[in-house]
Amino acid sequence: MSASTRRLFANMGWLTLAILVLWQGLYALIGDIALRSPVSTLQFTAKFITTPQFVTHLTETLKAFVLALLIAVTSGLAIGFLLGLKRFASEIFEPFLIAIYSVPKITLYPILLLIFGLGLSAKVAFGAIHGIVPIALFTLNAVRNVKPVLLKTSRVMGLSTGATIRTVIFPSALPEIFAGIRIGFSLTLIGTLLGEMFASQRGLGFLLMNAIGLHNVDVIVMLTFLLTGFAGMAGIVLLLINRRITAQV
Amino acid sequence: MTQPHIRLTDVEMTFPRPDGVGEGIHALGPIQLDLRHGEFFAVVGPSGCGKSTLLELMIGLTSPTKGSITFEGQPINGSCPDGIGVVFQEDASFAWLTVRDNIAFGLRRMALDRREQDERVDKALAMMGLVEFADAYPSQLSGGMRQRVCIARTLVTEPRLILLDEPFGALDQQTRLLMGDEILSLWRKTGATIFLITHALDEAAMLADRIGVMSSRPGQLIDIVETHWPRDRDSRIVEQDAFGAVTARLWRSLRVESMKAIGKKEASS
Ligand SMILES: Nc1ncnc2c1ncn2[C@@H]1O[C@H](COP(=O)(O)OP(=O)(O)O)[C@@H](O)[C@H]1O
Ligand SMILES: [Mg+2]
Repeated sequence: MSASTRRLFANMGWLTLAILVLWQGLYALIGDIALRSPVSTLQFTAKFITTPQFVTHLTETLKAFVLALLIAVTSGLAIGFLLGLKRFASEIFEPFLIAIYSVPKITLYPILLLIFGLGLSAKVAFGAIHGIVPIALFTLNAVRNVKPVLLKTSRVMGLSTGATIRTVIFPSALPEIFAGIRIGFSLTLIGTLLGEMFASQRGLGFLLMNAIGLHNVDVIVMLTFLLTGFAGMAGIVLLLINRRITAQV
Repeated sequence: MTQPHIRLTDVEMTFPRPDGVGEGIHALGPIQLDLRHGEFFAVVGPSGCGKSTLLELMIGLTSPTKGSITFEGQPINGSCPDGIGVVFQEDASFAWLTVRDNIAFGLRRMALDRREQDERVDKALAMMGLVEFADAYPSQLSGGMRQRVCIARTLVTEPRLILLDEPFGALDQQTRLLMGDEILSLWRKTGATIFLITHALDEAAMLADRIGVMSSRPGQLIDIVETHWPRDRDSRIVEQDAFGAVTARLWRSLRVESMKAIGKKEASS
């Protein structure tokens, strides 16, 4: 483990501790009406996550998220490369993509529901549309910004278009593309959960919505805790991969 | 009788203006130039006179507006023929590959067995003084070292014509002289034709058999100076009187052009 990685983990440890202290403090202020203490949350979580009910919902969310992420990454990369390689096309479509990026996707949800109906595909679609645009935008820029002299070099070496994309453009653009994937990852997660909250009978998002309806504070706090933990952990993993990629640049 | 290695006939280049209106930018020419097989040819000229443009035309990256270019008797159009190697003015090292993999990049697509490839890479590493940096990434190297990586990457493919665009621009004067020696010994060993663009008159005078002097834009060859150096020369040639004479002649040809390039008129005439 490198020194910087060790520092990262140390920082994460301190951050976790700080959050726990804050949480405890907040609990002392608010009390049981809207919050649970860290200790009782952990106890409740430990009990709850072994129930078959929870496992079903978790699997459902994971399935939807992984599918959505796959779609977001592949289409985002495809759009980004197609537009990035054609300067003219990118000039036309980039403002369009940025416009889509700033539209609250929730306004599109009714349309998606009409197309896909209630269930997995609507959630996946809703998750994916959150992730596609940032990944496409980052990829587009990364591809367009590849240094011209590198493209000249590949032309002089007689590389085919495919080989140029594979061995020059992609690796050169990868650090920036990966930054897009990191953002796409979190947005896809948000999208998937939102999809589950508003129109689904399964998944963690549904559990959360349900708990809000029943004012089940135990479940609400537990889910917040689990999702935050997952997002945090995934964030660290992505950051580590990112560091490895950019170490050379 | 003997065919020139590369021949430029009435070559001119005019770039369209970015906004598409007006006449376009006449960057270069007309140029007539024959490079002999195995000669060391240097080009000097004020910045912006079209030297890099000339190089890009010679490797088929851009097509000339007028005129034609032939390499070993074959016309160049649109693609770089095998047998020509280039080192660009800008840093063209691949940031995601180690020095060794950078150098091997062009070799990998050649029909050579792996051992031969590795041998060539090792030789190039030694020649360019990069052995201890073989596993480093370009970001860990200085600008001059990165340029050496690019030179090595070109060398290993054993081109018959090597084009170098101000390859030592990022180096200090002493290292420049030593790199010049390396280029000279490489030139002797490989028998390749070398076309070197430089803005340093002494570098051109020390290295080349012939030196083409270019006018300010649109660049034309206004003088070609023969140095008559022996083939087994090295940087110590700078001690000779003849070296001073060559440099002086280059400067005489270039002085007015350089003043034009920085926007000054000839004060006394
Ligand atoms: N792709 C291009 N489009 C328009 N103008 C260009 C282009 N490339 C070069 N030029 C112009 O041509 C002239 C010569 O440039 P260049 O060959 O790079 O000069 P040098 O290498 O001698 O410094 C410059 O005035 C430059 O602005
Ligand atoms: Mg130049």
